[in-house]
Amino acid sequence: MSAPRLTVTGLSTCFPTEDGLVRSVADVSFSIAPGKTTALVGESGSGKSVTSLTLMRLLPKTARAQVEGQARFVTRAGREVDLLTLPDAQMRRLRGNELAMIFQEPMTSLNPVFTVGEQIAESVRLHKGLNRAAALAHAKRMLDLVEIPAAAQRLHEYPHQLSGGMRQRVMIALAMACDPTLLIADEPTTALDVTIQAQILVLMRRLQAETGMSILFITHNLGVVAHHADDVVVLYAGRVVEAAPVRPLFATPAHPYTQGLLACLPGKAHAVGQPRPKRLFAIRGQVSSPLSPPPGCAFEPRCDQAIPACAQAVPPLVTTGDLRQARCIRVPSVERTAA
Amino acid sequence: MRLPRLLRQLMHRRIVMLSAFVLIVIAVLALGAPWFASADPNDTAVLDRLKGPSAEHLLGTDELGRDMYSRIVHGARYSLTIAALTALGSVIAGTALGLVAGFFRRLDAPLMRVVDAMMSFPDILLAIALVAILGPSLLNVVLALVLVYTPRVARVVRASTLVVRELLFVEAVRALGVRTSRILWRHILPNLLSPILVQVSFIFAYAILAEAGLSFLGVGVPPEIPTWGTMVAGSQQYADKAFWVVLFPGLAIIFTALSLQILGDGVRDLLDPKLKKTL
Repeated sequence: MSAPRLTVTGLSTCFPTEDGLVRSVADVSFSIAPGKTTALVGESGSGKSVTSLTLMRLLPKTARAQVEGQARFVTRAGREVDLLTLPDAQMRRLRGNELAMIFQEPMTSLNPVFTVGEQIAESVRLHKGLNRAAALAHAKRMLDLVEIPAAAQRLHEYPHQLSGGMRQRVMIALAMACDPTLLIADEPTTALDVTIQAQILVLMRRLQAETGMSILFITHNLGVVAHHADDVVVLYAGRVVEAAPVRPLFATPAHPYTQGLLACLPGKAHAVGQPRPKRLFAIRGQVSSPLSPPPGCAFEPRCDQAIPACAQAVPPLVTTGDLRQARCIRVPSVERTAA
Repeated sequence: MRLPRLLRQLMHRRIVMLSAFVLIVIAVLALGAPWFASADPNDTAVLDRLKGPSAEHLLGTDELGRDMYSRIVHGARYSLTIAALTALGSVIAGTALGLVAGFFRRLDAPLMRVVDAMMSFPDILLAIALVAILGPSLLNVVLALVLVYTPRVARVVRASTLVVRELLFVEAVRALGVRTSRILWRHILPNLLSPILVQVSFIFAYAILAEAGLSFLGVGVPPEIPTWGTMVAGSQQYADKAFWVVLFPGLAIIFTALSLQILGDGVRDLLDPKLKKTL
């Protein structure tokens, strides 16, 4: 396997609030190989989006976020930079050019007063220095690439004239315009209906195969993960609770939270060792408040397999197998009996 | 009763067209005042004072026997110039202030307190004070009016900026590596165009009226300059004997202000891509 495109080590993002310090992301590490997709999975508030915004350095200044850790990114030219400490001007040159991002809401992520062509062209003009005509021609090729019918005509339409799926395609065209090496997709299909979701995912796959870009895929949708990710990082309350290649993760989830998540999938799954239930499975309880995290494992209050030791200290993230890690004090033994 | 949609749109458009036509006529008259006027606007003929409309004096004469038609045509020059400069100046200053205050949250409070302080003065008092300090001249009247109207524009632009800056596309263009100054100028400002345009037409119309008020109070432009305001103000005491001395300059003010408002609304609708199809 070639050297990773992005290596994140010990990433933490804290926000000072009136009620105290909120650790949105704590000690998160993962890496993405060139041409591969790593999925960040977790429920709302688990720190997925904060991770992506931290990496893009798009957290609002007013939030006064305290960021620690490293994010080693290998540029197209082979230079290694730390995304978290790069000077603003250099970071701006990377954004849109080598690092691109797709947002969850295609309805509002396009500027309503410009045609889609102008918006795609802007990025190309900015980073590639093309003139207006060449940039617009490039924009048309991008629209063709994302399979928008009648691209030449769509180029001159305004965002409100396009459907949600179309807009997300435009967003992808926009993100892909400068041929980025890393695409951060923050729940790109959440706001779309299921058939469009599938189309968009297939499209992203195709583009990845053609360009060899890496994708950081942020989602809460495990079905999407199963089909489109190579590696999975499961976040809970800002921490990595399990990291594994996609097949082993779905086959033998190690962490109770991952097991719970898989059991929650309608239709397919059931809790390990139990018959398929009639009712949908749900993980009981809710995420603990980030202001007063439990002293031990963050998942302990909701965990059916918890033992008293779980509430004592935060368990370390340990290697549990080939390329697999989990943060649960019961996992090594579970792993051994399973093996 | 509700008119059919199509008819309403058509009428709406016709009124906009009519307003544009009225404004063009007034602008042409103003630009070509020396050619269109039938007499020197400051030629007095005391024997012909307060004469009604006739072939010789199309719109009658005022209390000094000056030709009303010529004065209105010449007055259009000054009134429109004052209004245009005021609208331009206050929109530029107000937009800059409002954008900066709305976008950079740190600057919001200090800038807006200054704006609030300026708005807490009654408009006309502030203008009077300014003209009194600066001395009555056309440029000083414009300066005073710009200072009076800038805070209004700033408030409206700030409020709109606060809405637009939170839209996701701002974050999306930031993710494309666009620098802050360009985000403000290229992405946020165009989204504020319609509220700004409304302000332009509003201020343009108000500036004509405000100049009239200032002139009436004796702190406007010097009396030798004929503006519509000075005409209404100067002749107002003769209105019971000769209605035309206030009626015609008054009508000029009304038509211009009204046409501007309608045109401003129409242009705003046309510029809004969401309304483009329906109009």
